[in-house]
Amino acid sequence: MSEVKELTCICCPIGCSITVEMDGKEVKSVSGNNCPRGDAYARKELTAPSRIVTSTVKVTGGDRPVVSVKTASDVPKEKIMDVIREISKVELQAPVHIGDVVVSHVAGTDADIVATAENEKV
Amino acid sequence: MSDRKCDLVIIGGGPAGLAAASAAREAGVKDICILERDKKLGGILNQCIHNGFGLHTFKEELTGPEYAARFIKKVKEQDIPYMLDTMVVDLSADPASGEKLVMAMNKEEGIFTLRAGAVILAMGCRERSRGALNIPGYRPAGIYSAGTAQHYVNIEGRMPGKEVVILGSGDIGLIMARRMTLEGAKVKVVAELMPYSGGLKRNIVQCLNDFDIPLKLSHTVVDIKGKERVEGVTIAEVGPDRKPIPGTEEFYSCDTLLLSCGLLPENELSRQLGVDLSPVTGGPVVDESLETNIPGVFACGNVLHVHDLVDYVSGEAAVAGENAATYLKERAGKAEAAKKEADIRIVTKNGVRYSVPSTIHMEQMADKLTVRFRVGDVYKDKVLCVYLGEDQVSRTAKRVMAPGEMEQVILLKSKLLEIAGGSIDEKHNTLTITIEEK
Ligand SMILES: Cc1cc2nc3c(=O)[nH]c(=O)nc-3n(C[C@H](O)[C@H](O)[C@H](O)COP(=O)(O)OP(=O)(O)OC[C@H]3O[C@@H](n4cnc5c(N)ncnc54)[C@H](O)[C@@H]3O)c2cc1C
Ligand code: SF4
Repeated sequence: MSEVKELTCICCPIGCSITVEMDGKEVKSVSGNNCPRGDAYARKELTAPSRIVTSTVKVTGGDRPVVSVKTASDVPKEKIMDVIREISKVELQAPVHIGDVVVSHVAGTDADIVATAENEKV
Repeated sequence: MSDRKCDLVIIGGGPAGLAAASAAREAGVKDICILERDKKLGGILNQCIHNGFGLHTFKEELTGPEYAARFIKKVKEQDIPYMLDTMVVDLSADPASGEKLVMAMNKEEGIFTLRAGAVILAMGCRERSRGALNIPGYRPAGIYSAGTAQHYVNIEGRMPGKEVVILGSGDIGLIMARRMTLEGAKVKVVAELMPYSGGLKRNIVQCLNDFDIPLKLSHTVVDIKGKERVEGVTIAEVGPDRKPIPGTEEFYSCDTLLLSCGLLPENELSRQLGVDLSPVTGGPVVDESLETNIPGVFACGNVLHVHDLVDYVSGEAAVAGENAATYLKERAGKAEAAKKEADIRIVTKNGVRYSVPSTIHMEQMADKLTVRFRVGDVYKDKVLCVYLGEDQVSRTAKRVMAPGEMEQVILLKSKLLEIAGGSIDEKHNTLTITIEEK
């Protein structure tokens, strides 16, 4: 049985409206995407949705009380809250630099948490 | 004290100011100074810790601070001077020399003036104020603009509240709905006055749908409960006249109300200088070089018109930087500093609300000119048409166009000249951007 699904690509702010033709659990065709990322996104979203998670981590002795962080790669959507819980326990010592690994293999996923801003020691 | 001189002064050290500075330096301007009132470069991006920046520029997805860091690094490598904690308070022009007088202040030097050959306006925008909230009665604590809340959470590391209602579906509101949820707050509803969202579709998907936060279109806040602190708000549906429909009221208990009612270009300084502002965008009226009506004063980024894509800001700002360099080389201090009348006036119709730029001088036009604009409503399966005089320049089929997303057309100089028969005559001095049926 074939079924048509409409979704919005979230890979960039253009947000293309993508139409996916499904045959049961299989993707038959993808259209409406402006670039190949949209195709890949649509296939993944309908089978194993995942997200980049961004948040902040506490810092002591720095120019700001927190530093922003992200997962270096996608994590499964259902793991988002687990990732956040683990991040919220971390406390860093300034200085922190962009790209510093803050947690490796967060919440049992393949992704590391990395810093996305500078936090200078004061 | 005699004023200091500087060839090019850039007001604002956000992505627009940074990209403009780099491009101007690459185009040969040696003497540049960026003035930034904050204690760090990077502008609003410093608090936009979510990802989704730079896909077009760097072919990878960065967070706001990471995107800003790339441009900050470049400015530092190019050794471009900048002053932090320095606020520009007045802008005027010296009628005799045509120089611009940039008055600024900081802790070390107090008030001082820079005499600039050219100025690039890159002050960004601010959030629409609480005036948007047209409700009588108390103003208890717990009401914040979404951007202020974003600053609290992402920069200062503290939460404004635990139970949240958001009025307005602008991007900052949507982003904050997710952010507050991740930090443990309960976001009960996002109410939007208009029948469509003001934010990007991707943000509705990944900030609201992912967390089952309801979005109520055509709804507004009609009452706020609480004297000292917000205790709850009443939301009602609105009719086509945007007035609340009696009987549709629903009460939500909450301790925080976030307002995300859109952004306005920050143009107090431009106004002082006598820059013509567009009533539609709130930003300066500019020509193909992004030059305002005041010769040697250019504008780019959110101060010009509100952008949702920082990549476009950087691209636009580079154009302003290059053109400021050309101005300094060819026109500054000369009688011909004032530009000739524009050859082409851009007119927008049928739902296209404005365009940037709004005039074109053929002599200065680059081979490819990007014209950006927004539409006033949601349009599905329409055709975007461009005409020079009566002659068609382009027709582009569009699946969806929405007010929340900036659109663009690219004009080729060669094509315009070809259509006009070699030079722009009276029959070809207006360029119309319009929406038509299929
Ligand atoms: C909440 C939010 C989310 C966004 N999300 C995305 C996204 O996901 N993807 C994307 O691509 N884009 C996004 N954008 C858009 C993008 O961030 C902006 O378009 C971009 O930052 C605009 O750059 P700018 O330099 O024009 O303005 P700003 O970044 O606002 O910089 C202006 C600078 O000028 C300074 N200034 C102002 N007045 C003065 C003065 N008088 N004297 C000295 N300095 C002054 C300010 O302090 C500021 O640093 C988002 C924007 C916001 C607000
Ligand atoms: S398909 Fe490509 S262009 Fe369209 S939203 Fe996705 S990433 Fe952006």
